[in-house]
Amino acid sequence: MTKRIEFDVVVVGGGHAGCEAAAVASRMGARVALVTFAKSTLGVMSCNPAIGGVGKGHLVREVDALDGVMGLAADHAGIHYRMLNQSKGKAVHGPRVQADRRRYAQAVCQVLAHSAVEIIGGEASSLNVKGDQVDGVTLADGTILSARALVIATGTFLAAQMFCGSEVRIGGRAGEASSNRLAAQLRELDLPMGRLKTGTPPRLDGRTIAWEKLSRQASDLDPWTMSPLSRTRTAPQLFCGITRTRPETHDIIRAAFDRSPLHSGAIASAGPRYCPSIEDKVVRFGDRDGHQIFLEPEGLDTPLVYPNGISTSLPQEVQLEFVRSIGGLERAEIVKPGYAVEYEYVDPRALDKRLALRALGGLFLAGQINGTTGYEEAAGQGIVAGMNAASLGRGGDPILFQREDSYIGVMIDDLTIQGVSEPYRMLTARAEYRLRLRADNAETRLDHIASKANCLSAERNRHRVERLEAFARLKPQIETQRLNQPDLTFASLVETSVGEELIEDARYAPYVERQAAEIANAARDRRTSIPDGFDYSRVPGLSNEMKERLHAAGPANLEEVARISGITPAAVAAVLVASRRKAA
Amino acid sequence: MEVDVRRDGGGAQQAVTLACDTIYALSSGRPPSAIAVLRVSGPQAGPAVEALAGHIPSPRRAALAEIRHPNTHELLDSALLLWMPGPGSVTGEDIAELHLHGGRAVVDAVQDALAGLPGLRPAVPGEFTRRAFDNGRIDLNEAEGLADLLLAETQSQRRQAQSAAAGELSARLATWRQTLLDLSARAEAMIDFSDEGEVSDAGLEGLRRDAAGLADSLDAMLVSAPAERLRDGVRVVIAGPTNSGKSSLFNRLVERDAAIASPIAGTTRDLIEAPVAIGGVPFLFVDTAGLRQSSDPIESEGVERAAAAVEGADIVLWLGEVDGAPRREEVILVHSRSDIRPGQALPRQIAVSAKTGANIAVLIGEITCRALALLPPEGSTVLNRRQRTGIAEIASSLHYLSRSDGLIIVAEHLRVALRVCDALTGRAGVENMLDALFARFCLGK
Repeated sequence: MTKRIEFDVVVVGGGHAGCEAAAVASRMGARVALVTFAKSTLGVMSCNPAIGGVGKGHLVREVDALDGVMGLAADHAGIHYRMLNQSKGKAVHGPRVQADRRRYAQAVCQVLAHSAVEIIGGEASSLNVKGDQVDGVTLADGTILSARALVIATGTFLAAQMFCGSEVRIGGRAGEASSNRLAAQLRELDLPMGRLKTGTPPRLDGRTIAWEKLSRQASDLDPWTMSPLSRTRTAPQLFCGITRTRPETHDIIRAAFDRSPLHSGAIASAGPRYCPSIEDKVVRFGDRDGHQIFLEPEGLDTPLVYPNGISTSLPQEVQLEFVRSIGGLERAEIVKPGYAVEYEYVDPRALDKRLALRALGGLFLAGQINGTTGYEEAAGQGIVAGMNAASLGRGGDPILFQREDSYIGVMIDDLTIQGVSEPYRMLTARAEYRLRLRADNAETRLDHIASKANCLSAERNRHRVERLEAFARLKPQIETQRLNQPDLTFASLVETSVGEELIEDARYAPYVERQAAEIANAARDRRTSIPDGFDYSRVPGLSNEMKERLHAAGPANLEEVARISGITPAAVAAVLVASRRKAA
Repeated sequence: MEVDVRRDGGGAQQAVTLACDTIYALSSGRPPSAIAVLRVSGPQAGPAVEALAGHIPSPRRAALAEIRHPNTHELLDSALLLWMPGPGSVTGEDIAELHLHGGRAVVDAVQDALAGLPGLRPAVPGEFTRRAFDNGRIDLNEAEGLADLLLAETQSQRRQAQSAAAGELSARLATWRQTLLDLSARAEAMIDFSDEGEVSDAGLEGLRRDAAGLADSLDAMLVSAPAERLRDGVRVVIAGPTNSGKSSLFNRLVERDAAIASPIAGTTRDLIEAPVAIGGVPFLFVDTAGLRQSSDPIESEGVERAAAAVEGADIVLWLGEVDGAPRREEVILVHSRSDIRPGQALPRQIAVSAKTGANIAVLIGEITCRALALLPPEGSTVLNRRQRTGIAEIASSLHYLSRSDGLIIVAEHLRVALRVCDALTGRAGVENMLDALFARFCLGK
């Protein structure tokens, strides 16, 4: 007898995207199943044991504003806090937390355990489809999970290969199986796919590092937290060490280029421009005499150290040699060698703004499977997909994020309009409305979405109400005060944070006003909609390449057409005329 | 798309213009003329030619053809036919040109015949150029240059317009855009990557310096004369007290009796303007009311206008007492009526007689010399108002940048500058600007 269980939403994959998707759908009242290879892998950080940064930190705060998991988990596990870009304007302050891996995973598991999400260990071996709608998944053991909304968040496991020197293994993270059967099925859907690579550095034994020779970076004294709901930092704080590669390091790496899968051609796909392997760095910045490395402890109870800045897929012996040429690491031992992962992703232009496939109803994709890199990017997509999956289930409206309101909006828009040619990572440079999108005003910016979607827990709602009251009290006061000497006393932590937010708002006000005019202009062009399935091949004056890009991105309106890279203003005009003609 | 279509001679009125239509219009001047050029552009151009001439000639070779009415086969004209198939044509579409005898009846008859063919309709003003733009054959600045070229009346104007039409300003903008992109990239790198140790913060000073350098280039271009002076003519205002010979001199300079000259004081009451090209230089001469107190309200108004004209003049010809001359560099002191008041010319005055023509050539020489100094030098890039405003905005952003504290504000100014740059080349803010541009074209272009 085949077991069959009914759900509203099924999430496949227990990584950062999957956990956020499952959690938010459940908060919105859907019956949710989360399918993962092993329950022990929930919330595992595959690479850098850190959450946040410049741009990435903004995403975490936004996910948190929607009552997501990541911010709270980061605070539970945070052993080193650093606000990046401290000396620059608040719009680009990047909160970053190094986390104890075990505590982080524990925190995620705890949140899910306290939720109504049903966690099912197993492999989702095939999608069930009815006509042009999904119907659920069938597990490897034959169990059928039926649902009208499915979120695929399988990350690096989709037909992944791992490269370390000349060794090649099938799998995603070290020691885990690859989900090749599901990949085959997605391929049958004839979705546009591609391959990208991502890398990780060797893990070092902290007991073999000469810390006393190195500069230290302590955790920020100012006791900020990632989530406003976290009252304090709960874990003891550690410092990290700073060192640099040397010319000898570069020589060793150069001598071994032919043994690097990245350079020998075994991996053809593109890696991230901004998180390059040490091999890439040596090639591109060959004249530099050293690259900075942060030695980040992985946890309170482990000697493992993550050397941030030396991702590599060179053979193990070479890794040991070049590591030992670095100051302070002369006697270091490698516990796990670094490796590169090549994985398959789905061209995100095939998705709409809810992250649902246009080709098949009810199928959402979130996370690295869409060509992004980073836990924060995955979490942002997970929450969007989860919210929309839940909304679909209860017959609600799509929940859409705009570029001018959030980094989540920027990311969704970039992915679905431009696609990716390298693993997508969030940078503040991507946000043209950066001055409005600060890491400290995420709750304000997303308030309308959070309340309308009803995705906040009771505790978060209480916090929200407190904030709104503080705003009402403080806003008139701050508007009448002089900016640089505000004569205010704040009665509570919430008041303080709201007050500081209002002060920053005032500081950026003239620029934000000007941006408001730009946004109004863009909104005008958004009203010229392009019909679904519009045939770009009939528009005169478009090059084949432009037609291909327009077809792949499927822009919904003229504003999106104009933003697709490679589309000239003449092409925009041509599309405008052609679309009016079709409507006439 | 609802558009007000203006009637084109015998053309039919339609409520909707569609880009897939084939358009036709008279591209040469109003008949009668020696030759009338009728242009047809669009997918039905080929069938139209076949219907009228019986065959389509070889591409890009002028061929003699008998143009007959498609229904009655009545011979309308014996004309030269040019066939230019797209996409390598001016508009990017198939184009046919009929070079007809320029009589009104012939032109009307052929246009009527075209009107009866399926898929054809009269073009709206600027539509050919619009299609050239839509099909990517020209960019925005080139289109504007073309507009200016068609309106060019003097050689300077023509040369200027030609260089714009050839994309000179576009090339400059492209270079500046690249510089702005580089500066922007540097700023963004400092924001997004400085903590990874790959980019140092010391770059901010260098960035400000380089931005100031770019601002200087932009300022240099802004200093050049505005295109309007070249296009509308150098304004020469003739001013002075009543009855000082202004109107006579005016008539002499424009070589026709445009103003009423009489011995009665206060004859000229309003401004009288006449455009003239002298030696390839465009001028706009302005005759004014004599400057005096008057109880007559109309004359008073005229005197006010005269004063305002003097304010706005590029050059002033002052026919009064030296002491009473306006305190400006651009004043040329003229001692008029030298024929009846000989010998009273002061050293700084030019003595002329409008009646006899004495020294008029010298005066014209002086005016022209000054005008040339006011006009942009040959070969320089001249900006119209839209371009000037845009470039001034970019320069202004860059100046703010060099004074502003804080990296993100610097980055924001760069972002704004880039946006304005894109708007200038037509990469952004497209629709309104296109409408305004193509409205400048007249029918048939």
